[in-house]
Amino acid sequence: MAFYVVQFLTGLASAASLFLVASGLSIIFGVTRIVNFAHGAFYMIGAYIAFTLTERLSGAFGFWGSIVLAALAVAVIGVIVEMVLLRRIYHAPELFQLLATFGLTLMVEDLVVLIWGPDDLVGRRAPGFRGAIDFFGQNIPSYDLFLIVLGPVVLGILWLLFQRTRWGVLVRAATQDRDMVAALGVNQKWLFTSVFAVGVFLAALGGALQIPRDAVHHAMDLRIIVEVFVVVVIGGLGSIVGAFVAAVLVSELNAFGILIFPKISIILVFLVMAAVLIVRPWGLFGKPEAAARKTPGLTVNPWRPLTSNERLAALAAFVVAAMLPLFAGNYLLTVGSEIAIFVIFAVSLHFLMSVGGLASFGHAAYFGLGAYGVAFLAKMAGLPMIVCLLLGPLLGCMGAAVFGFFAVQLSGVYFAMLTLAFAQIVWSIAFQWVSVTGGDNGILGIWPEKWAASPSHFYWLALGVAALVTVALRAMVFAPFGYALRATRDSLLRSEAIGIDAKRIQWTAFVIAGTTAGIGGALFAYLKGSVFPDNLGISLSVDALVMVLLGGVETVSGAVIGAIVYKALNIWLVSQTDLSKLVLGGFIMLIVVVFPKGIVGMLEMLAQRRRKSSPPGSPLLAKPIESAE
Amino acid sequence: MSVAPPLLAVEGLTKSYGGIHAVRGVSFSLRAGEILALIGPNGAGKSTCFDMLNGQNKPDSGHVRLLGEEITGRKPREVWRLGVGRTFQITATFATMTVRENVQVALISHEKQLYNLWGSAPKFDRGEAGRLLELVGMGGYADRPCGELAYGDLKRLELAVALANQPKLLLMDEPTAGMAPRERVDLMRLTASIAREKSIGVLFTEHDMDVVFEHADRIIVLNRGTLIAEGSPAEVRGNPQVQAVYLGEGLVYDARHREGTSA
Repeated sequence: MAFYVVQFLTGLASAASLFLVASGLSIIFGVTRIVNFAHGAFYMIGAYIAFTLTERLSGAFGFWGSIVLAALAVAVIGVIVEMVLLRRIYHAPELFQLLATFGLTLMVEDLVVLIWGPDDLVGRRAPGFRGAIDFFGQNIPSYDLFLIVLGPVVLGILWLLFQRTRWGVLVRAATQDRDMVAALGVNQKWLFTSVFAVGVFLAALGGALQIPRDAVHHAMDLRIIVEVFVVVVIGGLGSIVGAFVAAVLVSELNAFGILIFPKISIILVFLVMAAVLIVRPWGLFGKPEAAARKTPGLTVNPWRPLTSNERLAALAAFVVAAMLPLFAGNYLLTVGSEIAIFVIFAVSLHFLMSVGGLASFGHAAYFGLGAYGVAFLAKMAGLPMIVCLLLGPLLGCMGAAVFGFFAVQLSGVYFAMLTLAFAQIVWSIAFQWVSVTGGDNGILGIWPEKWAASPSHFYWLALGVAALVTVALRAMVFAPFGYALRATRDSLLRSEAIGIDAKRIQWTAFVIAGTTAGIGGALFAYLKGSVFPDNLGISLSVDALVMVLLGGVETVSGAVIGAIVYKALNIWLVSQTDLSKLVLGGFIMLIVVVFPKGIVGMLEMLAQRRRKSSPPGSPLLAKPIESAE
Repeated sequence: MSVAPPLLAVEGLTKSYGGIHAVRGVSFSLRAGEILALIGPNGAGKSTCFDMLNGQNKPDSGHVRLLGEEITGRKPREVWRLGVGRTFQITATFATMTVRENVQVALISHEKQLYNLWGSAPKFDRGEAGRLLELVGMGGYADRPCGELAYGDLKRLELAVALANQPKLLLMDEPTAGMAPRERVDLMRLTASIAREKSIGVLFTEHDMDVVFEHADRIIVLNRGTLIAEGSPAEVRGNPQVQAVYLGEGLVYDARHREGTSA
């Protein structure tokens, strides 16, 4: 019995940090409508700075001073980020905001390693809370008790701040209607900045307070952000009480999940999250809210199928690509195969994101599941390659069917957070369930059979599948289903009013996209000869997003171009520098801020401008002629 | 007289939010080909009433029947499949698609081809889409992106979309709100002529009394959630209770001499 009580208290103690970070995220979202992906990064910087300061400053005052100082320092960094980056993108579609803050996270990950090194850092114990308290033969660290008290205290302080101060009233007003607050003459810029500073302060404080409990390391940002996303999805974005209750719930589920499913404890959290989403899609304490902005929607450029000339051009490009083995060496062919596989991956995400308006931040899950599917079939069942390639993607399909069902219940930022959390769950399973997946060691020795073994043959295989997939998905865009999917993206209200079951359409699209990604993953397993948890990791999901974004979210064919350019750049970059995340993160922010239409979008714009400058006569006269063709 | 059930029969419709009774025991019916206006001051419960008819909102009690079939609490998409088209107070269209594509989506849905992964959507019922657009006077705009349209044109597009499934009943929530006076008259004339020709029942809410008195066959008046009057335009106009709560007294409504008032 005492053991369970101790386990419960440990859970409560973990909830404190989680609550601090989640409430910060919620407050920022409430006012700025930005889901700050970089919140985990601020948490991590808070921990690192606190570590350095506590090493330098001695005594009780030095320790606690360091914690607060670290949080303040990070808040200042937050203010700079808000003024330099976020102010430029408050009016951008939410996808861009998510990506920009994600780019920031990537940069921070490399910067942290650059400054503090790659090793785990074990911080000092907190003065006054070094020991443990005996509880019927079980030890409870006294620092845990301190954290247990701290959580509700912070909740109380936040409550007072929001209910009793002028600033709090403004924040609450802005959360309800920021345009109205602006119309009443409140300086919105500084309100946003101060809210962001407070949110970041809370995140950094959460990080700093963790150092006596846990080692500081450079991957802690992703771990916390995924947990925080789960917390806000359960508790309801924008609700501080919700963040508190959900933080406690998630921490307790983690604490007891280890006892029930020692290998895959995260399953329990997932089950609870799924249950909450079914009963209350907007979270326990959240309010149902209409989606504020559409994901694409920077321009309205109607899509059309390729003209016969454009089809010829695409065919010519394919023929040229197919001739690559005539003059390229083995290394280049392997690179070519990898690019072809990433074209499949990017095109599958594009289908979901651009056509369906559903920006998945965890699309790699289905890519990786396809790869694991092949690995299981090839290594355990010993099936021939062609069978593995056909059946392997079904694992991606099943994963997409299960997670997609829950994910499409939500939209916008909730959808993004949920898909990310799902992907992280799949990753955790691959990582923790060593007996089946080999854990970190992966599954090795998945080699293609003779007919596909040579680099040129494999390249043709990958290229052929990529072409097939691209053509098939493009055909779907212009099939009745594609129209229905675009309809659900443009207006849910109107879709439902003309008999469209929007959720089911979106779910179908999710499964199609997941299965297609699985095809890419299946080929990838054979290309690399192995499967690792990284094949379904977050960075791969972000790669896919960047490929789509780089090509142009609002175009039909952008994903192909984006994948080729990005993957080629990426392979080259990794061979040139150790700081690829830093460069990549900067690159993402650059695209979002100055280049939001992507490559194909830019080309289309230029082409249109040229068309406009040549005298076509009245556009009204030109239109019927075009449509008659 | 025929014993066939009316096109739309509403019986004892009731909805409250917390302690506020938005709609209380509203009953009325509508015949095929009839144009019925639902009027009343702001907050009377018109929109709540409206949303309960096609399943956008669930009533606490009461019944909605379409040709005798119970449709209370059914989902909007199910109600649509039974032949109820709807336009919204604030237009809801597919902004990134062209005008023709907007209509085509409705036709695709009507012909249950939503999950067709391989056919050609641009060619899908192109002729029928064109005819519907011609019908509402939008034939020349078929290839324009819907996001570029002026508000009045969007309203006409919504009408074309609502007609795509050959509805028996059209629900139009403030069809002319936000339009210029000239456009209002045109849109309602168009709606009325289509409804009469195809024998479609139309229920609409409206604040512009010129539009109401010119086109409605019958008017029902809602105040504080209850029906206070029902009858021909002349009867309703002369009803002292309606004058007291909504129309005011001593005003002469004449479509020819008045420019529309804002909604």
